[in-house]
Amino acid sequence: MKFSESWLREWVNPKIDTAALCEQLSMAGLEVDGIAPVAGEFTGVLVGEVVQCARHPDADKLQVTKVDVGSGDLLDIVCGAPNCRAGIKVAVAIVGAVLPGPFKIKKTKLRGEPSHGMLCSFSELGMGDDHSGIAELPHDATIGQDFREYLDLNDNIIEIDLTPNRADCLGLKGIAREVGVLNQLDVKNLAISPSEISTHVVRGIKLASPQECPRYLGRIIENVDLTVDSPLWLKEKLRRSGVRSIDPVVDVTNYILLELGHPMHAFDNAKLSGDIIIRHAVKDEKLTLLDGNEITLLENTLVIADEQKALAMAGIFGGADSGVQTHTKDIFLESAFFSPDAILGKGRQYGLHTDASHRYERGVDPQLQTDAMERATQLLLEIVGGKAGPITVAQSESYLPVRNQVVLRKARLAHVLGANIENDRVSDILNRLGMKVVFNSGHWEVQAPSYRFDIAIEEDLIEEVARVYGYNNIANTAPLARLNMSYQQEKVINLNSFKQMLCAKGCQEAITYSFVDPKKQSLLFPEAKTLSLEHPISADMSVMRVSLLPGLLQALSYNQKRQQQNLALFESGLVFSADENAENGVYQCVKLTAVLSGNTAGEHWSIANKARDFYDAKALVEEILSMSAGHIEAEFVPSQHTIFHPGQCASIVVNKKVIGLIGAIHPQFEKPLGLNGRTFAFELNVADIEQRNLPSAQAISKFPAIRRDLAITVLENVDTGKLLKSIEKIGISGLLGINLFDMYTGESINKGEKSLALSIWFQSVDKTLEDQEIQDTVDKVVRHLRDNFSAALRD
Amino acid sequence: MELEVIIEEARQAVEGANTPPELDAVRVAFMGKKGKVTDLMKGLGALSAEQRPVAGQRINLAKQEVQGLINAKVQGLKEAELNAKLAAESIDVSLPGRSIRMGNLHPVSRTIARIEHFFGELGFVVKEGPEVEDGFHNFDALNIPKNHPARADHDTFYFNPDLMLRTQTSGVQIRTMEHEKPPLRIISPGRVYRNDYDQTHTPMFHQVEGLMVDKNVSFAELKGIIHDFLHHFFEEDLQIRFRPSYFPFTEPSAEVDVMGKDGKWLEVLGCGMVHPNVLKAVNIDPQEYTGFAFGMGVERLTMLRYGVTDLRSFFENDVRFLKQFA
Repeated sequence: MKFSESWLREWVNPKIDTAALCEQLSMAGLEVDGIAPVAGEFTGVLVGEVVQCARHPDADKLQVTKVDVGSGDLLDIVCGAPNCRAGIKVAVAIVGAVLPGPFKIKKTKLRGEPSHGMLCSFSELGMGDDHSGIAELPHDATIGQDFREYLDLNDNIIEIDLTPNRADCLGLKGIAREVGVLNQLDVKNLAISPSEISTHVVRGIKLASPQECPRYLGRIIENVDLTVDSPLWLKEKLRRSGVRSIDPVVDVTNYILLELGHPMHAFDNAKLSGDIIIRHAVKDEKLTLLDGNEITLLENTLVIADEQKALAMAGIFGGADSGVQTHTKDIFLESAFFSPDAILGKGRQYGLHTDASHRYERGVDPQLQTDAMERATQLLLEIVGGKAGPITVAQSESYLPVRNQVVLRKARLAHVLGANIENDRVSDILNRLGMKVVFNSGHWEVQAPSYRFDIAIEEDLIEEVARVYGYNNIANTAPLARLNMSYQQEKVINLNSFKQMLCAKGCQEAITYSFVDPKKQSLLFPEAKTLSLEHPISADMSVMRVSLLPGLLQALSYNQKRQQQNLALFESGLVFSADENAENGVYQCVKLTAVLSGNTAGEHWSIANKARDFYDAKALVEEILSMSAGHIEAEFVPSQHTIFHPGQCASIVVNKKVIGLIGAIHPQFEKPLGLNGRTFAFELNVADIEQRNLPSAQAISKFPAIRRDLAITVLENVDTGKLLKSIEKIGISGLLGINLFDMYTGESINKGEKSLALSIWFQSVDKTLEDQEIQDTVDKVVRHLRDNFSAALRD
Repeated sequence: MELEVIIEEARQAVEGANTPPELDAVRVAFMGKKGKVTDLMKGLGALSAEQRPVAGQRINLAKQEVQGLINAKVQGLKEAELNAKLAAESIDVSLPGRSIRMGNLHPVSRTIARIEHFFGELGFVVKEGPEVEDGFHNFDALNIPKNHPARADHDTFYFNPDLMLRTQTSGVQIRTMEHEKPPLRIISPGRVYRNDYDQTHTPMFHQVEGLMVDKNVSFAELKGIIHDFLHHFFEEDLQIRFRPSYFPFTEPSAEVDVMGKDGKWLEVLGCGMVHPNVLKAVNIDPQEYTGFAFGMGVERLTMLRYGVTDLRSFFENDVRFLKQFA
């Protein structure tokens, strides 16, 4: 809501400057969003009168004028404005004036004619964008008066950002009331007296839906003259509130909206037939709105109708057919109360949000309709003349909101705020807010004014008291609580531990958007059941990710395009897929994912460059698994997945459950995803790795460990991981560990075979192992490998 | 007389020996079975009983002296050998080390971790929840009924009218209070979503929400904890103000501003006393329990703390940006 500071000060004028006033408003919950001067910075502009105006002898579009600015001599001024003519009052920048720019006015000659000043348009003075001609001032403007003073231009436009609960401040009167409370000042009481009834024409009004429109006032004003312009003071007030001047009727209703916070509407009475009926739209009912758009009304929408058709969307937007036009003679004025529930969300169905719907949705003072009607009538009679008829009131008392009665307990106030505020101060605050207050044995019985329908429960009053008393006048205290230890499971690994480990291994954490490009995602995960946003930011951010890979690969590509090559990025976060068995039909699970590309290290004087491969990614997975309970059982089972290279992909399996995938990104995706070179990736289900075993300590053997090496050849397709694991399972006593220390394929062995070199470590806890025992065990291993893997010992 | 000559001879021989074998030859020449000093000992038998002890003592002294010379030289040669070895092994210590460059957490994670730490010390337990949320948890239970103007303000991403991306982490409050009874102290960090994208808005950002519910929780305590937090987070005694505001789920509600370096107030978080309707929605008696809640924008705090100027840089994941937060 925008308003002029001086307009506010007409209502209540605290002895504080603009900055202090704005600070005060902000600190009362009416957040000031901006302060701007109402006009550009200028000096030396006076009110003048064009006394003579003649065509310039040498220029078609210029006129030579003599202008009276009250200095005795008439000024010669050349003016190019089409509306310049003798007899009008104008804004004259005299020699020495400085206009916004800054732009200094000097004596000059225009095509040979002397010009000692300039006649200004509003836009040249920084007062809006009207540059169609020079500003025309009312005839009663005082010649010679400083223009800033004449129009009170040393004023500011204050913009406040109102929260939805403060509908009472959607009019200047409400803001003034608030300023009065804050400064403990009385506020101007606007004298609104009933206009003289000079015609008896009336129009009947029927409330077909009294619950939603419990009160509707109508009045006919006959014989108005809408060819006149709105007076400058009115245009200025509107302009300073950010509202454009349209015509005198619209301007007056807008003025009421700004001043009292009450929307009104005017119909061309000649276009109405029979009674006014406030009813729901019927199926497929059409209405052409004031902006020219024809819409099909929904049945949930309240309309103002006559006996023939819908005229306007109640409280939201007027209709074109019944609208007031320049030639309109008689107008029918509406001042109604619609319940917020009747208006809430309705305009949005049609993409409409208007100043009126904004107020009705939040709530208009249910007792303000008569005042608004009389105030508007009074202004209209002044500006467009005419004869006012009597006000027709249709109302349904039982559906009108009643003033809320709320009890505020002193003890509760102190308890919730943690502060003691003196009784008198509390009473004063509530009184000034317009509440009827009775203090009675430890509590206040409060009746809220009709415009504060937001006050419904005790907390509403606590907030009001605290707000006006000042949040910053309440002391800060440390919260008191019992020191209860929180339950911490040692068996659960915090995700942060994995993240820290990956960082220590040289990976960089990324955070990518949870919504991704559906094209790229379906390329990688053609089978996924994705969720789509109804109204995404853009097409490439329109589906929820089913994996962190699309986002991470995009981040990888982004960096590669910026000369970053050796990259290791990881992310943890939720992925989403449709699943009717999950809560709300959406399966949401946390993944830990990494992508790697480039070399294992940056170029270094003593490290050979080595391109990252599958095993660099696998090392990270092994490290993660070694932190969790799964590592003993984990198997990397060769598998196929659209996204990965068919020969470089494995499912990570723990206890027969697939807990993740690892592999090289399929080369066919490198180009479409903008990837440079091979990319390796893994993705793990965090839920499956976050459990670990509690350590169970074993005594360390005092006897020496013994190593035996075995070199074997097996067929190339033998799963080495399985082979190594199988040795652990044949029941060897004193087996300490097996390590694959070499793997070889090439000339010295048969084609289609590979050579594996294993070291096997033995140790006993109670003796030094004898050579024969060890040899027996090694023989057992060799037999096992021969029988199960067709392994041959190498010489 | 002869002894001094032999000692002198030995001294010169030892000095002239430059390697262990040469020195060993000197030792043999003087101290060996046929060495010069040994020969003198052999001559003792020819002396009288009176002269023998005196001469014997002198020869012994000479023997010790020669042996001393040899020992000293052995030590000297060893040292020289070691020094030569060490000299040969010296390296350029200024060359860069062979370490793996560490990565680091994303700045948003870093800030969340700090916030969790501050509140963790006060017994606030971290709780997380789903990001695709239903209308009850995201709005209804938070006292934001259908058609409430606050819903329109939220720019919600919907999947259908009752399924949306959460617009705030407050739903986690509700999910927690549905299952746990007061006293409660929780903090819930996470991603939230609003349909807004410009210089100062990204459609996804992070919030940390805090909630404390107990028998005597007051607004003064909310002020206290927020003051404390901001002072600790920024490690600065900055000016803070509580400005009345409105959130459907708290009352009284406040927005908190800190004074920026440019002398302007900057909004950093929203907070308030938990609205009685919210407590009622999860079957907690608002007459018995009161609570406060606060929610802060992680990106905003991170930007202020580290001087980040473009919000969007958080989600571009340019490693040159990310690495600055090591």
